[in-house]
Amino acid sequence: MHELSLSRAIGQIVVRAAAGRRVTRVEVDCGALRQVVPETLTRCWGLTVEGTPLAGAALVVNPIPAVVSCAVCRAETQLDWPVLRCGECASTDVTLLSGEEFLVRSIDVET
Amino acid sequence: MGRFHRHDDGTVHSHEHDSDGHGHPQHDHDHPADHHSHEHHDHGADGHSHDHGAADHDHSAAADWAGDHSGYATGAERVEVLERIFDENDQAAARNRAAFDAHQVTAVNLMSAPGSGKTAILAQVLRRLRGRVRVGVVEGDIETAIDADRLAGLGAQIALLNTGHGFGGECHLDAPMVAHALADLDLASLDLVLIENVGNLVCPAEFDVGAHRRAMVCSVTEGEDKPLKYPVMFRAVDLVIVNKIDLLPHLDFDLALFEANLKAVNPQAAVLHCSAKTGQGLEAVTAWLEG
Repeated sequence: MHELSLSRAIGQIVVRAAAGRRVTRVEVDCGALRQVVPETLTRCWGLTVEGTPLAGAALVVNPIPAVVSCAVCRAETQLDWPVLRCGECASTDVTLLSGEEFLVRSIDVET
Repeated sequence: MGRFHRHDDGTVHSHEHDSDGHGHPQHDHDHPADHHSHEHHDHGADGHSHDHGAADHDHSAAADWAGDHSGYATGAERVEVLERIFDENDQAAARNRAAFDAHQVTAVNLMSAPGSGKTAILAQVLRRLRGRVRVGVVEGDIETAIDADRLAGLGAQIALLNTGHGFGGECHLDAPMVAHALADLDLASLDLVLIENVGNLVCPAEFDVGAHRRAMVCSVTEGEDKPLKYPVMFRAVDLVIVNKIDLLPHLDFDLALFEANLKAVNPQAAVLHCSAKTGQGLEAVTAWLEG
């Protein structure tokens, strides 16, 4: 249901950006910390656009990894799960570099 | 969690543009969610202004064919949008916050799983604030006025918001819905607005409703692993209220482990323990909520 809500929000942005043109493809950046399952989002997208002018537009999800930078040892760690901890020295004094993105990057429209 | 797509060179991105791959207008990307080959990957000649930080995928390889539409005559165009999916909601949230600020009202978004005790805690809090702090409650539920009725007669203004009625049965409150509910509250005569979100540990965390602070309730019957399973929610809050602690003697719940898991995903969150049933700990919860 999470992904369904998000699909609707994506649809609103796409409709506005398309300005009446037919959309064939939508590209979304999705950070790993957003707790979005790309396959589920794609499936929900299909349900959301069915019977609307966006029907047939493919949704492509670019997964963006969660990466933290350590204030202690300066290492950068790609997180496999949502615990914000340095993979080198285990410090929790880390800054999130990526992983919270959630944006519509582009749309392909017919001209 | 999302699936990562890791490349040999250590960069992570769903699209790999090999140096020899740019000449092919039909360019298949190996991506689990990408069911077709797209023909053109134009990121625009102006480069990228999005802030993905140092770990961002490297698009520089695409720059040398940016804007090149040769060999591409299908009448399609890629339009850069770069719009955050929550932008519209966030703008509505900012308007709500401005409305609260204009009346010097503090607003708190209270979230939790269904059945963790949000309404019971609110009833206890309203009893303690009655006659001292003027409270408004936005009561979010998919259906029924049951929770709103439970809070009636405790001196608070109550705005019921059934998301099943005209809001698509949403599993969360969003900023436009809360804006709608605020029409039922007289902000000028309030000090504090408590927004009881729809019981759900996922979606409410994503939607800013314009509150100044965010709190969640997690009861000891829910298990110590919840912060790890629902990190978006646990990361989104300033306070975690651990409810039903009167049940601790009957449960295997490991409070220390729960708090360690919480600290792992959100080191900044404050923690308060309470029992809405016995009233234990409710003074501190009340004090936090009133700010």
